[in-house]
Amino acid sequence: MNSTIDLQKVAAIIDGYGCRREALIAIMQDIQAEYKYLSEETLELIAEKLDISIAKVYSVATFYENFSLEAKGKYIIKVCNGTACHVRKSQPIFDALHDYLGLTGEKKTSADGLFTLETVACLGACSLAPAMTVNDEVFAKMSPESAIDLINVLREKEAGANG
Amino acid sequence: MGKLTRAQFISLRAEAKALRERQGMQILVCAGTGCVASGSMKVYDYLKTAIEAKGLKVSVELKDEAGKKGLHLKKSGCHGFCEIGPLVAIEPAGILYTHVKVEDCDEIIEKSILSNEVIDRLLYEGKREYMHRDDIPFYKGQHRMVMKDSGRSDAEDIYEYLALGGYAAFEKALFEMEPAAICKEIVDSGLRGRGGGGFPAGRKWESVRRNVSDVKYVVCNGDEGDPGAFMDQGVMEGNPHSIIEGMLIAGIATGASEGYIYVRAEYPLAVKRLKIAMAKAEELGLLGDDIMGSGFSFHLHINRGAGAFVCGEGSALTASIEGKRGMPRVKPPRTVDQGLWAKPTVLNNVETFANVPNIIMNGAAWYRSVGTENSPGTKTFALTGNVVNTGLVEVPMGTTLRKIIFDIGGGIKDGKKFKSVQIGGPSGGCLTEEHLDVPLDFDSLKKLGAIIGSGGLVVMDEDTCMVEVARFFMAFTQNESCGKCVPCREGTKRMLEILERIVKNEGTEEDLYLLEELASTITETALCGLGQSACKPVVSTLKYFRNEYLAHVRDKHCPHCNGRKKKVIIDQTLCRGCGKCKATCPMEAISGDKRSPHFIDNEKCITCGACWGSCPFGAINAIEEG
Ligand SMILES: Cc1cc2nc3c(=O)[nH]c(=O)nc-3n(C[C@H](O)[C@H](O)[C@H](O)COP(=O)(O)O)c2cc1C
Ligand code: FES
Repeated sequence: MNSTIDLQKVAAIIDGYGCRREALIAIMQDIQAEYKYLSEETLELIAEKLDISIAKVYSVATFYENFSLEAKGKYIIKVCNGTACHVRKSQPIFDALHDYLGLTGEKKTSADGLFTLETVACLGACSLAPAMTVNDEVFAKMSPESAIDLINVLREKEAGANG
Repeated sequence: MGKLTRAQFISLRAEAKALRERQGMQILVCAGTGCVASGSMKVYDYLKTAIEAKGLKVSVELKDEAGKKGLHLKKSGCHGFCEIGPLVAIEPAGILYTHVKVEDCDEIIEKSILSNEVIDRLLYEGKREYMHRDDIPFYKGQHRMVMKDSGRSDAEDIYEYLALGGYAAFEKALFEMEPAAICKEIVDSGLRGRGGGGFPAGRKWESVRRNVSDVKYVVCNGDEGDPGAFMDQGVMEGNPHSIIEGMLIAGIATGASEGYIYVRAEYPLAVKRLKIAMAKAEELGLLGDDIMGSGFSFHLHINRGAGAFVCGEGSALTASIEGKRGMPRVKPPRTVDQGLWAKPTVLNNVETFANVPNIIMNGAAWYRSVGTENSPGTKTFALTGNVVNTGLVEVPMGTTLRKIIFDIGGGIKDGKKFKSVQIGGPSGGCLTEEHLDVPLDFDSLKKLGAIIGSGGLVVMDEDTCMVEVARFFMAFTQNESCGKCVPCREGTKRMLEILERIVKNEGTEEDLYLLEELASTITETALCGLGQSACKPVVSTLKYFRNEYLAHVRDKHCPHCNGRKKKVIIDQTLCRGCGKCKATCPMEAISGDKRSPHFIDNEKCITCGACWGSCPFGAINAIEEG
């Protein structure tokens, strides 16, 4: 994973939008798509290149749920907590994953740095509720058991890739 | 190719139409979010490779020379019945296969593609009578206008859209209609905004048209923030050109030459489809400068949301497009006067725009023939929750909930009883059994304290705790409150605290009055629609399901939340038959002769607890049932 942010690449993304201020959100989305989060240096560089205050960049980055100022795991798991999934019992899936990944309190990323667990309000797969995504791939009709199975598959894949 | 002229466009459309009519067998694999999640793309890939391995030519685009008479393999838009996916349709035979897996593909190729057999086990419920999509009960009661071609055509192929009459309304508006006449047609059609408010679209357009300004904008609201609704997603993925065409017509009508589509971040596939559609339209010359030599220019941009529900609100949405925090502002000025970059702006919902080409093509009177007097046309709903058939449903305005939930939806799952339906998401209300026969339209629902909203319909069965439902929605809105105004920022927080207390059986009856008082203050004083409607779920559940709140605050025991119901038993070895319990029981649930052990009839018992306090021998106990 790209855990260190290549500021040159970031600069290129910003230039790609012609350093237009109204593109701030799109710029941050593209950077985050690449690195999964926005570091302090990234925000500073954006402010400098768009010629706006760092406070402004920070205020936008913190307003929108999707921006993260912290590094994330390789696999970002989002359990849907939209209405349809909620009434078809998505909370037990979240709880099971939370336990299984050994997460506590504020800690959202597993110790091995592989998984980050989040919730999302509706993926538009409501008729296949409960749903979840792993890095934008939608998995439908989940249960706590099938969610844990999925984690194990991904873990094995990682172990295989490294071993 | 040089610049597209009107004559070229007309012949292009005729050519596309002829190609589509001439084409041989088409295999349409559903490529909506739902079916993709169930594995439809694996089916698509397998079919393609396997058919080609048989030495057959497969074409994946209408214009594809190779397969003019051969096989067409298409990625279709959402059929709306995602639950039975992955779906594979075979045309022109009109077969719909359900739950198709990769393992089924060889059989499909052998039987249904190479010869004319039908595989019964892959039909809906395995029944031959459901071979055609429209014979399935889920589709029977529907009236599809906006979603008509979704599922029947390739969503990524502009020629398919053209072949089905696409962009003809645009051409008509561009060359044969004056802007004022277009606005009038939309006013006359009675088209009302599908994003929730139901504001007449034509009046909005007319205001923008009258405004004098160097620049004007057309903005499409594809934020679809209601968690549990996905109609707009279905249209964006399944028929993206209909939205572009609607926006183009709005551009001509109002004198705008720039458009923005704002799509929710959680819909990557919709963004992809829209981008493809925009690129194709641009390539053909249907978007850009001086379109077909008419002098009308239109440029379209796409913006992705970043996960803020409030950005669905008009002024927050335009702020977000400008690259700012998406916070609503005080109105007036209205969006039609000062919208995006403080310029006159038409802001409409996805479904609203998707209705426009049909209206322009067929006229206002035609549109008015469907729906009700004050709410003409159809509405798409996302039917979800504890209902047998979940999916996207399009029905004429004025259809009853009973028809949607029981006829189309097939009733409640697992044979349970219907309790409530939440309509309009976090800004809407919960309705009950007594409302099942109310015709759904913008005005009838307002009277009941709910809204059609975006069209989310979440059905809840008898096991659902309505207090918990109210808490769920309040947690959502509280989290999404942008924090700009105090009533919403602080008020929703306090409401949530109280609701959480009640759910934990720690609330009091006073809390219920406090909730009502807070709700009315927030509703009256909040800055934007988010706060103004945030309390609807609480108010409507308090109104229709007050006894469930009372179970939490009075009995400190909710039969739904606190697991199994308590059951009261009389220990036959301890009971001396004194009769005290029998005398105190308000339900006359206890029977027995004097001086011999008494019994309790659990059917009658309401677990009020009066008896166990009255027993001098400690013979009565409450146990967890089951
Ligand atoms: C908090 C809030 C969220 C909203 N979310 C949406 C939405 O997701 N989609 C939408 O089309 N309209 C939404 N609206 C309504 C819009 O403000 C606006 O009325 C609508 O997009 C106008 O289009 P229409 O007239 O075609 O419905 C929302 C309003 C509020 C107050
Ligand atoms: S509520 Fe979970 S996908 Fe819509």
